[in-house]
Amino acid sequence: MISGLFNYWIVVILMMAGLYIVMSSGHLVKKIIGLNIFQTSVFIFFISMGKVSGGTAPILKDGFTLYSNPLTHVLILTAIVVGVATTALGLAISVRIYEAYGTVEEDEIAELDADNRQNETSVTTVAYNKK
Amino acid sequence: MIEQLPAIQLLLTLIAAPICSMLRNGDRSWWLATAASWASVVVACLILNQVWGGGTISYHMGGWPPPWGIEVVIDELTAIVLLLVTLFGALVMTALRESLSTIMRHQRQSLYYTAFLLCMASLIGITITGDAFNVFVFLEISSLATYTLIARGRDRRALTAAFRYLIMGTIGATFILIAIGFMYMLTGTLNMADLAERLPAHKDNHVLHASFAFFIVGIGLKIALFPLHYWLPNAYTYAPKATTAFLAATATKVSLYVMIRFVFDVYGLEFSFQQMHLGTLLVPLSIAGILIASLTAVFQTDAKRLLAWSSVSQLGYMALGVGILNVNGLTAAITHMFNHAMMKAGLFLALATMIYRVQSSQLTALAGIGRTMPLTTGAFTVLGIGLIGVPFTAGFVSKWYLITGVLDKGWLPVAALLIVSSLMAIIYIGKMIDVMYFKPAPEEFSNAQEAPLSMLIPCWIFALLTIYFGIDTRLTAGLAGRVASNLLGGA
Repeated sequence: MISGLFNYWIVVILMMAGLYIVMSSGHLVKKIIGLNIFQTSVFIFFISMGKVSGGTAPILKDGFTLYSNPLTHVLILTAIVVGVATTALGLAISVRIYEAYGTVEEDEIAELDADNRQNETSVTTVAYNKK
Repeated sequence: MIEQLPAIQLLLTLIAAPICSMLRNGDRSWWLATAASWASVVVACLILNQVWGGGTISYHMGGWPPPWGIEVVIDELTAIVLLLVTLFGALVMTALRESLSTIMRHQRQSLYYTAFLLCMASLIGITITGDAFNVFVFLEISSLATYTLIARGRDRRALTAAFRYLIMGTIGATFILIAIGFMYMLTGTLNMADLAERLPAHKDNHVLHASFAFFIVGIGLKIALFPLHYWLPNAYTYAPKATTAFLAATATKVSLYVMIRFVFDVYGLEFSFQQMHLGTLLVPLSIAGILIASLTAVFQTDAKRLLAWSSVSQLGYMALGVGILNVNGLTAAITHMFNHAMMKAGLFLALATMIYRVQSSQLTALAGIGRTMPLTTGAFTVLGIGLIGVPFTAGFVSKWYLITGVLDKGWLPVAALLIVSSLMAIIYIGKMIDVMYFKPAPEEFSNAQEAPLSMLIPCWIFALLTIYFGIDTRLTAGLAGRVASNLLGGA
C-alpha cells in the first residue's frame, strides 16, 4: 500500500507542509517559500502520473515499444514557468512592501496599517511621489 | 477571414501588449492599446453575430485537429462573456489615460497598459478555449497581470492587498491544476468535450469526487465566492482608480463563467448537482454571502470599499442563481453576470472620475460633489439605481429572474431575504448619493471642476447601457434564457 503509492504520499506530505507554511508563517518571504513547496508537490503529482511502469523515455528507437507519457511533463514545464513568474512577482511585491513599511512581518504591517487607519484622510503615497 | 475570427480575437490584445511595452511612450501606447481593445470589441460583436440564435464555432488552433491540437469553442454564452470582457475593458481603457496621468510618470504608463492588455487577452483566452489545461494557464496569466495592476495603487496598502491576492489566487489556481490532473488521470484527455464524454463512466470514482472538490474550492477563490472573498475588498479598494472598474467587471465574472462551463459541461449536470450536491453547498453560502456582505457594505465609510463589499454580495446573487438549478435561476445568473459587470464597472469608473478631482475615496471627501461635478454624479446615480434594481434599469431584470427562479422552487423565505438584501442596497447606495448631493462640500474641494471628457463619456456610456438593458433584454436575458435551457437541457 505505502510502497506502491510512495510518490503520492510524498505529494500529500509536501502539499500539506507547503500549505501549512503559507497559513502559519507571518513572514512574507516564508509564505512564498511555502507556496513554492505547495506548487512543487503538484508538479511531482503530474510528473509521476505520466510514468508507465517499464516504459522508457518517449524517443523513437528500435527495440522499444513501451513509452512513458510525455504530455504531463510538457504540461508541468508550462506550470513551472507560471510558478517561477508567480514567485518572482511575489518577491518583487515583498521588496516593495519592505520599502514602504520597513518590515515583511505580517502582524507588524497590520499594526502599521491600524495606525494609518486612524488618520485615514491623509493619503500615504509610495515610491512615485518620493522620487 | 471570418473563420479566423476566434484567433484574431485573442491575438489583437495579445500582440498589442508587448508592442506597448516597447513603445516607452505613454500616449502612443495608450492609442495602440485603445485601438486594439476597440478592435477586439468589433471582433466580439462579429462572433456574437455568428453564433446568435444557438450556433457554435469550433476553431482548431494552428490547424491541428482536436484532441491533439487545442480547440477553441465558442457558443452563445462564450460570445456574451467575450463581449463583456472586451467592451467593458475597452471603455475603461479609454478612460484610463486621464486617470493614470495623476499617479504615474509618462514613460511608466506604457508598462501599465501592457499589463492591462495582457489581463484582457488572457481573460479572452480563458473564455474561448476548449482545453482544460489552457484554462489554468490563462487563469494564471490573468492573475499575474492583475496582481501587478493592483500593486501599482497609490496607497502602500495596495502592496499588501496585491500580496494577499497573490497568495490566495495561486492557491486557488493550483487547486484547479490538481483538479485537472485528476481528470487527466481518469480520462487521458484535456479537451473539454472529450472530458465531458468520458467522465460519466467514472462517476463513482473517488478520484473524480476529489477533483470536483478541488475545482470548486479553487474556482471559488477566484470568484470570491463567500466565504472565500477575503482578498477582494482590499484588492478593489487599493487598486489604482479606473483599474478597479476593469477588475470588478471582468475577473470574477470570467471565473464564474469557468465554473458554469465546468460544472454543467465538463463534470455534467447530473454529477455536479445530484451526486455531489453542489446546490446544497451553493445556496446557503450565497445567501449568507449576500446578507453579510450587504450588511458590511452599509457600514463602510470608504466609497470604494463599500462598492467592493457590494460586489461580494452581488456575486452571491449569481452563485445563488446557479445553485437553485432551474431555467429562471440560471438565466438570472448569466444576465446578472453581464448586468453587474456593466453597472459595477460604471460605478467604479464614475468614482474614479470623482477621485481624479478630490484625491480620496472617503465619503467625507466626496461630500457635495453633486454640485461641483454634476455630470459624473448623475451617471453615478443612474448606475446606483440600476444596482439597487429599480424597474427600467438592468439590475431589475436580473433580480426579477432570480426571484422568479426562487419562487419557482417555492422558497418563500429565500425570496424574502433577497428583498431584504435589496433594501440594504438602497441603504448603502442611498448613503453615498445622500452624501454626494446633500452634504456641504469640504472647503478644499469646493471648486472642483467637472472631469475631462475622456473619462466622462465612458461613465455615461455605462449609465445609458444600464438603462438600455433594463428595457431591451434581447441581448442579455433573451440569450441567457436560451443558454440556460440548453445547459439544463440534459436534466
